[in-house]
Amino acid sequence: RYDDLKNMLDQNKDFLKLEAMKRIIGMIAKGKNASSLFPAVVKNVACKNIEVKKLVYVYLERYAEEQQDLALLSISTFQRGLKDHNQLIRASALRVLSSIRVPIIVPIMMLAIKDGMTDMSPFVRKTAAHAIPKLYSLDPDQKESLIEIIDKLLSDRTTLVAGSVVMAYQEVCPERVDLVHRHFRKLCNLLVDVDEWGQIAILSMLTRYARTQFTDPNKYIFLIPFYVENETIPHQFCTHRGDVKIKHKFLKSTEMYSADKPFYEEESSSDSDEEKIKEKLPKYVMDPDHRLLLKCSKPLLQSRNSAVVMAVAQLYYHLGPRQEVSVVAKALVRLLRGRREVQAVVLQNIASMTLMRKGIFEAFLKSFYVRSTDPTHIRVMKLEVLTNLATESNISIILREFQTYVRSSDKQFVAHTIQAIARCATNIEEVTDTCLAGLVSLLSNRDEAVVAESIVVIKKLLQMNPSQHCDIIKHMARLVDNIQVGSLPPRILRQTIVKNTLLKVPMAKASILWLIGEYSEFVPKIAPDVLRKATKLLAQYVLQLGKYDQSYDIRDRSRFIRHLIMPSSELANGQIHKHAKKILLAPKPAPVLESPFKGRDAYQLGSLSHAINAEANGYQKLPDFPETQPDPSVRTVEVKRLWEISQIEKSCSSSSRSVVEPVTTDRRRPGRTARSKPPKKKSFYSDEDSSEESESGSSSSGSEDSESDSGDSSYSESESGSDETEGPDSRVSDSDKVKKKTVTPALAAASDSGRSRLSSFSRKKGMVPVIRQFKMQILFHFESSGESGSSSSEEESSEEEVKPPPKRQTKRKKETVNLLDLDDFSPPSVSPSKSSTSLLTPMLASDLQGLSLGGANHVEMAGTSSGKSYELLHRVTGGGLSAKYRYPRSPCIYSDTMITVELEFTNSSDSPIQNIHIGEKKLQAGLKVHDFAEIDAIEPGSSKTSTMGIDFCDTTQPLVFDICTKSRKFNVSVKIPVGELVKPVSMAQTEFLNQQGILSGMNENKGKVNVPETIQSSINKKVMEIVNVCIVPSTQSNIHRYAGKTAHGGSVLLLSIDLSESGEAKLIVNCDKMVIGSMVFKQVKEALTN
Amino acid sequence: MIHSLFMVNSHRDIFMEKHWKTAVKRSICDYFFNALEKASSPEDIPPVISTPHHYLITVYRDRLYFVSVIGKEVQPLFVIEFLHRIMDTFVEYFNECSERVIKENYVVVYELLEEMLDNGFPLATESNVLKELIKPPNILRTVVNTVTGQSNVADHLPTGQLSNIPWRRSGVKYASNEAYFDVTEEVDAIIDRSGSTVFAEIHGSIDACVKLTGMPDLTLSFVNPRMLDDVSFHPCVRFKRWENEKVLSFVPPDGNFTLCSYHIGSQGMVSIPIYVKHNVHYAGSGGKFEVTVGSRHTMGKIIEDLRISAVMPKQVTNVNLLPSQGEYSFKPVEKEVVWDVGRMAPGKPPSIKGILSLQAGVPAPEEKPTVTVHFKIQQLAISGLRVNRLDMYSEKYKPFKGVKYITKAGKFQVRT
Repeated sequence: RYDDLKNMLDQNKDFLKLEAMKRIIGMIAKGKNASSLFPAVVKNVACKNIEVKKLVYVYLERYAEEQQDLALLSISTFQRGLKDHNQLIRASALRVLSSIRVPIIVPIMMLAIKDGMTDMSPFVRKTAAHAIPKLYSLDPDQKESLIEIIDKLLSDRTTLVAGSVVMAYQEVCPERVDLVHRHFRKLCNLLVDVDEWGQIAILSMLTRYARTQFTDPNKYIFLIPFYVENETIPHQFCTHRGDVKIKHKFLKSTEMYSADKPFYEEESSSDSDEEKIKEKLPKYVMDPDHRLLLKCSKPLLQSRNSAVVMAVAQLYYHLGPRQEVSVVAKALVRLLRGRREVQAVVLQNIASMTLMRKGIFEAFLKSFYVRSTDPTHIRVMKLEVLTNLATESNISIILREFQTYVRSSDKQFVAHTIQAIARCATNIEEVTDTCLAGLVSLLSNRDEAVVAESIVVIKKLLQMNPSQHCDIIKHMARLVDNIQVGSLPPRILRQTIVKNTLLKVPMAKASILWLIGEYSEFVPKIAPDVLRKATKLLAQYVLQLGKYDQSYDIRDRSRFIRHLIMPSSELANGQIHKHAKKILLAPKPAPVLESPFKGRDAYQLGSLSHAINAEANGYQKLPDFPETQPDPSVRTVEVKRLWEISQIEKSCSSSSRSVVEPVTTDRRRPGRTARSKPPKKKSFYSDEDSSEESESGSSSSGSEDSESDSGDSSYSESESGSDETEGPDSRVSDSDKVKKKTVTPALAAASDSGRSRLSSFSRKKGMVPVIRQFKMQILFHFESSGESGSSSSEEESSEEEVKPPPKRQTKRKKETVNLLDLDDFSPPSVSPSKSSTSLLTPMLASDLQGLSLGGANHVEMAGTSSGKSYELLHRVTGGGLSAKYRYPRSPCIYSDTMITVELEFTNSSDSPIQNIHIGEKKLQAGLKVHDFAEIDAIEPGSSKTSTMGIDFCDTTQPLVFDICTKSRKFNVSVKIPVGELVKPVSMAQTEFLNQQGILSGMNENKGKVNVPETIQSSINKKVMEIVNVCIVPSTQSNIHRYAGKTAHGGSVLLLSIDLSESGEAKLIVNCDKMVIGSMVFKQVKEALTN
Repeated sequence: MIHSLFMVNSHRDIFMEKHWKTAVKRSICDYFFNALEKASSPEDIPPVISTPHHYLITVYRDRLYFVSVIGKEVQPLFVIEFLHRIMDTFVEYFNECSERVIKENYVVVYELLEEMLDNGFPLATESNVLKELIKPPNILRTVVNTVTGQSNVADHLPTGQLSNIPWRRSGVKYASNEAYFDVTEEVDAIIDRSGSTVFAEIHGSIDACVKLTGMPDLTLSFVNPRMLDDVSFHPCVRFKRWENEKVLSFVPPDGNFTLCSYHIGSQGMVSIPIYVKHNVHYAGSGGKFEVTVGSRHTMGKIIEDLRISAVMPKQVTNVNLLPSQGEYSFKPVEKEVVWDVGRMAPGKPPSIKGILSLQAGVPAPEEKPTVTVHFKIQQLAISGLRVNRLDMYSEKYKPFKGVKYITKAGKFQVRT
């Protein structure tokens, strides 16, 4: 049928294929069936043209499910795509592979996801996270292994991934609260930097999490705001599972209110009771993590995305202490200006909130006034909110507003207004009479719907309190009485009764008849009179009509009245009639005028279930707060980044060293630190940079001190292993020290309890102890998997504590090995531009954000990149192509003896430059180079970065090579400053001193330097700019020590600066390689003097 | 999350569908059409409709319905906000969001939808990132593409996607660097029949058009920042700086965007730049209609584009009015009187008066029309907000800077 299309697809020309695909997509878009083209289309899955390819992908996602066998033909292409250099191709291959919903390929999908989650590109990892729910819906049996993947991905620190993995978590295993523990603080801190959709997912997940982990903040303190807030009492008790005794007390006192007895004595005695109870109750202290969550989510109220604002609002509503919930009001009211649909949903939620806690929105009453342009359902919801907000103080304003609404031409809205008035009347006793009068006057409205609604409502109101309002009944009865007379109001009543015949509003008819019947006893003098007359004049007719009415409600009512007024007609015996009267006229409970939103609060605010007031598929009930606080220490663990670990494993297995000496294992740790610390200046949110630096500088001596302490404590922790009592203790003592040093009151408050110390650290830029801690863990793991028996016994204990058994890991590695060849880890062809150097900046950015409340005691641990870039090729000599290189100080992924060099090519000519690659290399002895991936093309005016690895053999000799483009060749050389030949090593002080002892004599360079005041405070920074080393935690505040080792030979380089008060410093550099030692010595000396 | 999306026009035709999971039959839209039948106006359709197996979440905008099919529990606002974001993106790509342009550009639309959602979850929504992935169509590019065989689709991941400033693309270059900010304030008010203000508030937004080379870091400060206590920001604005120093510090996206929007609530004093005197009477088979508009608190600025409209009760069959300035029209079907005053010259306040004819034999209406007022005042921010200065860091060139103020009527209603 579509022969022409098939023909076009079979052609060799891309533009024909593209044209054909576009037409096919058009068919899909219109909903036409294009499945018969499947064989022709699937052939083109390997097409080089990217646009054709994308459209084929779109087609496959739509139809592969229907043609599973043919779809399998495309799988190999995707598998190839998964290994592409280009991260976009890898990601889209993974995406399509997971989207085609062919059950046979579940194992392949699983492998691909596992592969993707360790990918270097966060974008691919994000795609892998997206693939998890797809696989889960295809094969729920994979749940266990998927949970494992989610667990690993949760430890990813990039903001790009965080949102997606939380969505996957929500889809696959929302019940696995235990997975979140370790990541709770990280997620809180990352929250601001995650994209808006991720924020929503994380917020709703954390709400549920917090409900299981923290105690109810309103549980104990609700006694105080109880009277202040003036809320409807019965609801109060639904929400608080407070002490049963208290509840009882309150119920008693509310009973007293309603019973209208003198209650002053009782009240005072109950007050004292309460006080006693209050004393008995433990004082509520909010968990610092609970506080952290509230604090981190608050700024999101200013998001432009209404869903984010709503997510924060519901979080505060469900988790916040009563007195803090009001912060969300302003933001929610602002949303009312938004789109119609947003308005509708937000109003729904506000209606629910006001029902429970009207205090929040009282100040914004006027924002809920109805405008003439609002659609009906918005108006109705605004009415609802207004009604909920009505109190004694504002009722007059609200009623005046209602009066204008009653005149509206939208009759449905008027009917709702009347109901709203009635609800106000019942809720606030002071205005009941006014409202009734108003409603009665509405009986004279010309619109039938209005009159009918008023009658129904009046009936309900009268029923609530008949004794007080017998005058109104009398009045109404008199209206009936006066029917013959024909004055205005009765005419209306007659009109309504006459309207009975029109069978329009059965409810109203029933109400009139019911009223007359039910309350005849309150108006004894009139009722019989009326009825007699009515019988004569109307009732007969009415009842007759009623008898044959279509509505059984009306038939019922009229039969009822018939019993009452015409006993003789059916019941001959007067006695029975008397009894019948007693039975029938038994006092009935008054109907309660309720908000239609009542009961909705059972659903989590902002959820779909709340919007439809029914449980939606997959709705997870919001759990109640636990009675007792679960162990909060579960959240204090931090874990390492996933893909790096896997790399370590990999390079570990590939380098296949038989003996791994402790020193070599050390090598990797500093690299990690360097990675996790992108250059300070370049991180985006580092607003506090300048102040930070000076702060850290001025307190550097003190902070370093505490630094070492924390380092020690982390050691002692790992030593103590699973011993739980010792760990916290050491932390507590530390926290005291921290407290002394931190001036910021916020932190002081936060560090009230010992636990918060870690959290406050993790909020800080360095994350110092934590990072070091897991650095160690990685090291341990490395040692054991590298089969070195040299790990000490105390280290092993901590390894067991944190690491999954290494066996399993290696096993998985084997099965994925075919997909995981090293090519996967070739540099991303598009690495982030200069201003956002590291992939990890977003994470850090959030850490930086939290910094303002953190204290001053953090010091650069190691490895900030010097950030200096050197010119490789000038654009004049390069004919428009210029190149720069710099040392990002990240661990080199090609080999661990290599040093990463980041090249940035810029095309400043006006034509694209193609095929940039390395040509001839003139290698000095021993020099090794891993070329950067060939760059296809650089558009004019744009630039691309690329990384290469160079093994300099611990010499500073330059590397000379050719950079070739399609047409030209340029000879360039890369020079390395001596400081970059070193990789940081973290070391304990004792070890440092030992090593220093060994490396004496020839290997030692000593000298004195006069360090100017200005530099003294930033010594760490200065040194680290020059040499890529790691700070050694020192117990003396005036001695700075740094450790590193050369990249190739692994020779240890030690650097110590003994700063005396006069500003004179003793500088010692020890290094096995004398040349390097002396060069470093010279450079550091120079740096310290200038 | 979002299973499928159906685009429905005002004639209730489904003109495009897209499925992210297993295709859902079109017949699901019948539930939507049923709800549409019941609704009195297209505006009145409930945003969430539940059907036996799915839930429909609908947005209505520019006379198009976007009906999304949801399978499971999800925050409705999430979906609503996302559907609007899709529409925003269409507007950005095609300058409007209408059935015509969507049909014309169905391939780009499909590619966009594919990029924006993965398995129903949002993937890339930042317009700067999308524009790098899929180039917006324009005639020049179409010609070039057909000649050179290049495509509109990028084969590399936009750098923004990975960086922590996803809203800005890298390598931006302009010959002339400029940054313009429009402070637009809309006055929402309800004035009751006696002329007193029932409710008034200001909704302001700062829309920016920034065309700057490189990675500029801008700081916008105000003379009176304390006025803004309820603000929402574009993600690029640093919260911390605002909280601590009350300045807007940001690396801007390239091109047009809304930097922030603010709300000055009813608690604060809002001066109303206009007053309306009115007199509407019904008597027998006719009625009187009279409206006079005048300005006040405009700080010497002139009110422009003044337009006054009122929807008459349905009993009004015709009007016969005489404006002192401008012209009026009456739509007999909608019963809407629109009086286009135009520029309000200083001097005598413009007025309109005349007779209403009512339908014979029917009692006179009870309700009186609500008068809606539209106006515009250039060079005035009615709240008094003023931008102090704009500074640029981390780039060396000197940009052209400009700030424009404008006050408009938002939902400005006078009850009669």
